[in-house]
Amino acid sequence: MPVIDLAQSTKRDLNAALHALTPDTAETHWSVRNPEGQHALAAGVNVPVTIEIDGHAGYYCAGMNQQATVIVHGNAGVGVAENMMSGRVHVKGDASQAAGATAHGGLLVIDGNASARCGISMKGIDIVVKGSIGPMSAFMAQAGNLVVLGDAGEALGDSLYETRIFVRGAVKSLGADCVEKELRPEHVAILTRLLADAGIEGVSPQEFRRYGSGRTLYNFHVDNAGAY
Amino acid sequence: MCGIVGLFLKDGSLEPRLGELLAEMLVVMTGRGPDSAGFAVYGAGDADHLKLTVRGQDLDGAASALAGLATATRRDTHLVLSFPVSSEEQVRGWLALNRPDLVVIGSGHRIELYKEVGLPRQVADRFGLSTMTGTHGIGHTRMATESAVTTAGAHPFSTGRDQCLVHNGSLSNHRSLRRELEREGLSFATDNDSEVAAAYISWRLREGASLTQALESGLEDLDGFYTFVIGTENGFAVMRDPVSCKPAVMAETDRYVAFGSEYRALVGLPGIEQARVFEPEPARAYVWERH
Repeated sequence: MPVIDLAQSTKRDLNAALHALTPDTAETHWSVRNPEGQHALAAGVNVPVTIEIDGHAGYYCAGMNQQATVIVHGNAGVGVAENMMSGRVHVKGDASQAAGATAHGGLLVIDGNASARCGISMKGIDIVVKGSIGPMSAFMAQAGNLVVLGDAGEALGDSLYETRIFVRGAVKSLGADCVEKELRPEHVAILTRLLADAGIEGVSPQEFRRYGSGRTLYNFHVDNAGAY
Repeated sequence: MCGIVGLFLKDGSLEPRLGELLAEMLVVMTGRGPDSAGFAVYGAGDADHLKLTVRGQDLDGAASALAGLATATRRDTHLVLSFPVSSEEQVRGWLALNRPDLVVIGSGHRIELYKEVGLPRQVADRFGLSTMTGTHGIGHTRMATESAVTTAGAHPFSTGRDQCLVHNGSLSNHRSLRRELEREGLSFATDNDSEVAAAYISWRLREGASLTQALESGLEDLDGFYTFVIGTENGFAVMRDPVSCKPAVMAETDRYVAFGSEYRALVGLPGIEQARVFEPEPARAYVWERH
């Protein structure tokens, strides 16, 4: 297993080595030591490898990720997995602001809490937060699922498009045009799948409430939904 | 963008290392603020004596002229004058009459305050920050947005005895707030928005508010973006605006509470691997005090 010690190597060495990997690489499991909060660790990876970061990461960790599994054994700074396209990012501690921002795909799992603007402008990513999320989360979120086992802060889902939000705990307040909706069987199926994908046991999908767009703020007619 | 750091020690055995730890934190934040830097350190002092930190040229001349009145310690462009509380009027009077060119940038029983234009490493070295001792300190690396790159515009700002504030962000109502505070008798040395925030807190404390109350009332009265770190003689506080526009990370152990704009600033602290690392919530006053 390749081990990159950032006390010895630079972050650019690490990212260059990860970017040089080909899809058929035999080096499929990487370990990063002494991250010490450096920014942009394992950003822009585009191969199906696993990268374990042994400590706290700084801003934009695993940003733009495609295919890779990135595990942070600590906290992650602003914008973890921002603009992720596919793959999986798992933060074992807390995540700072804008976790999963603008991301199109993949799964982001946060074991602790995520602070403000979690899932802002998310475009298809699935985010599962085992703790609570901060204010203004899922602001202008467009697609994907945001699952929160704890509570949500103020103005959840403000100016929401079509992201589904599931919260098990209390919601401090809903943002403009975000409304509570019925939890139907298809949503239970989504929750069942995402809870399993995130390795969560003993939590029933029925414990969640679903929130979504009131569809009054943007030019969308539900009659045309099939065209999208 | 700016970088701010703060370190509040709970364990007295770390006090000899305060300056060394704070200097390292400050230097890591160079990327967030390379144009100037400053810091305040709460070191030795007692209730019977006052310290004035003054800044300017020909400090040795002032030091010798004040020899009978105050003990002077010069560090580069700053001079710390220490004297019995009863001599305050005399010392300030002498300065106003004979050396109006010198700027008093901090006063109190324990606070010493230093700031200059330049890279944080250079500023820390010029003043010998790494040799300073104390119970707590705060620092700032500046990337100027609201006013010029001058020493006067560098942080921290001290607008009350043993009080100081560093700010990352920008205030939009500082002009009107300044006029209100001037009517309340506060005076300003610069046109900097952050000095207005410092003066606002000083005014609230003067009117009897606790540090927590002063910060909470700021949520109503201060319009703009801010993460503040504040020092008082025995206290240390952090406040973020309700939108949490500016970054903040904190670490707490049995030995200290530390603040950094980014986690990177904290990695040199002893036992950081075991510290509780957390992001302070927006619109919530975090206050630690030593009694």
